[in-house]
Amino acid sequence: MTQRLTPTETMVLNMGPQHPSTHGVLRLQLTLDGEVVLDCMPVIGYLHRGIEKIGEARTYPQILPYTDRLDYLSSASNNLAYVQAVEKLMGVEAPERARYLRVILLELNRIASHLMFVATFANDLAATTVFLYGLREREPIMDLFEMWTGARLTQSGLRVGGLARDIPEGFVDKAREYCTFLPPRLDEYDRLLSGNRIFRVRTEGIGILPPEEAIDYGCSGPTLRGSGVRYDIRRDEPYEVYDQLEFDVVTTSTCDCMGRYAVRMQEMRQSLRIIQQCLDRLPDGEVIAKVPRTIRPPAGEAYGRVESPRGDFGCWVVSDGGPQPARVRFRTPSFYHVAALPRMLRGWKIGDVVAILGSVDIVLGEVDR
Amino acid sequence: MSVGPYLRLTAWWQASGWPTWIADTIWMVLMAAIVTVFIMVTVLVLVWLERKVSGDIQSRVGPNRVGGRFGPLQTAADALKLLMKEDIIAEGTDKVVFILAPFVVFVPTLLVFMVVPFSGTWIVSDLNLGVLFVVAVSAFPVVGLIMAGWSSNNKYAIMGALRAAAQSLSYEVPLLMAMVCVVVAAGSLRIGDIVEAQRGGHWFILRFPLQLAFVIYFITALAEVNRVPFDLPEAESELVAGYHVEYSGMRFAFFFLAEFAHLFFVSAFCATLFFGAWEGPWLPPVAWFLIKSYAIVIVIMWVRWTLPRLRIDQVMSFAWKLLVPVGLAAVMLTALVRMQGRW
Repeated sequence: MTQRLTPTETMVLNMGPQHPSTHGVLRLQLTLDGEVVLDCMPVIGYLHRGIEKIGEARTYPQILPYTDRLDYLSSASNNLAYVQAVEKLMGVEAPERARYLRVILLELNRIASHLMFVATFANDLAATTVFLYGLREREPIMDLFEMWTGARLTQSGLRVGGLARDIPEGFVDKAREYCTFLPPRLDEYDRLLSGNRIFRVRTEGIGILPPEEAIDYGCSGPTLRGSGVRYDIRRDEPYEVYDQLEFDVVTTSTCDCMGRYAVRMQEMRQSLRIIQQCLDRLPDGEVIAKVPRTIRPPAGEAYGRVESPRGDFGCWVVSDGGPQPARVRFRTPSFYHVAALPRMLRGWKIGDVVAILGSVDIVLGEVDR
Repeated sequence: MSVGPYLRLTAWWQASGWPTWIADTIWMVLMAAIVTVFIMVTVLVLVWLERKVSGDIQSRVGPNRVGGRFGPLQTAADALKLLMKEDIIAEGTDKVVFILAPFVVFVPTLLVFMVVPFSGTWIVSDLNLGVLFVVAVSAFPVVGLIMAGWSSNNKYAIMGALRAAAQSLSYEVPLLMAMVCVVVAAGSLRIGDIVEAQRGGHWFILRFPLQLAFVIYFITALAEVNRVPFDLPEAESELVAGYHVEYSGMRFAFFFLAEFAHLFFVSAFCATLFFGAWEGPWLPPVAWFLIKSYAIVIVIMWVRWTLPRLRIDQVMSFAWKLLVPVGLAAVMLTALVRMQGRW
């Protein structure tokens, strides 16, 4: 054992809520011994808007745009979790065409979100150029969203019983074009970033989260799959038309930052596969089922569950038979990932804090609802 | 900036009956002014260049409004903005040290330009211990960084300062070894002699073991100017801005100025040590010197916008476990080749 000759004190460092790398307004209370993180206490609540409470005072269709603001990087999956719950309450089912289109919208959202992850993760590790590349590749998806729903980020593209609108003319071609445009760009990232020696020493073996603990903490999505647990709601509890589509559930067994990064890189390719299949099989028909103008689901409760880009996104809706729900509750994956942060950060250095924080890809909009 | 005019000036003064120290003083002030103006202009150009280079690498445009299509006046406008900003000194800072720190960083970076040979005659002072002078003076700014970090009374700043101290002390060792290789090869510490030894296209980069010295010099130079992958003292995503986190306005500008001046210096010195300084055909020597320096600057910028950042312990172990042994080997190899009388 080495003995300290000079007494040292630990230092408490507040990382955030204003800090370039906390991805929003997260505050990490780090207890440091020099550069080493002894303990970490995440402080949340800076972005609390009371969306769940607001839900109790709005009609069912009015709540939908609020869900966009939860995980603002993939609004469609939030929409779907909520819409699923309401549809279950009402016993409505979306038409076949709408179900395929929903999957396309969801997967495009997933790619956009993962591109944003790659961009910000690289930026956290000071690979600034990849940040701009990621945003550049995300841009055509935003254009597709704009073409379809009129909005780029908070799309509110879904409705109870289907979709707000059918896809416009030319959308299919543009989407196909994107499916061939992206893979070479992903290869470019692999050459520029994934294979980079510095990037690898910064991510490999860093921020270990063993599979058992990942499950215990309630992690889901790429964070869980990066720890080698093969769990994906799209496959294990298929919704919409996922059971008819072919795709792989990507996992890595390294449990580190690199693993979580690699999972997302592969998932983008899988998403492209899904989109192509949907475009091939896209049936004709209506995009919204017959739904009464005022939505008054019978009293009861229902739970919608979606595999969002961040993980297991759930929405629980309780109806008392009125035009407004009695309770809306969201189960957001990032919240659980923040809880697992102290476990991942302990013992690593300050430089690793940003790498680990970046690799779990939290969105504060859904941590603080 | 040759010695000729100086001698003439002194002679004229002596003839006029005035004491020589006045001539000396005027001469020194003049030189200092010229060097300062040169550095200011260079930094403006470098900042603009960095934005353009990064813009190109990141497939965007970069500055394109201020002063015409390529935004040449963008940095001038930014400098003006910094001049006009409120001078904020936070409560709880150690004011004297806080105010002094930027100058302690800036002045040494100014001083090293004394021995930069822009051409055979354009050198402020061709000291006979030129290389030693460079090593001694360029080790000094780190004191200013620690002053800045400590006096700011900010946790990020103190961590940045400690990183800066650790890093620049560690990387000075291999840097020195790379320089020693060149000194051994040239047989002199005088910059003029080092340039002379490379005359006629016998640049040191082309001579066998000195390529090793060049690689070490280049890597350590990146670390010395705190650029990615070694920009830990000011790592934006970790320490926000490191040691200068509390600085704003003109005080911040001095850090910025010093950083870019130092960037130009390491490139210019690299050109001097390994690429024959101002030597080249057709164009005047000054042009060649600037071309070589800027080429190296662009390579450093290219590295900065391509690579991610290392972690502090990786940076340190890289210096001590790899660069220092390789540097020692390079010195030994150069000495052996020199003893054999090759070249």
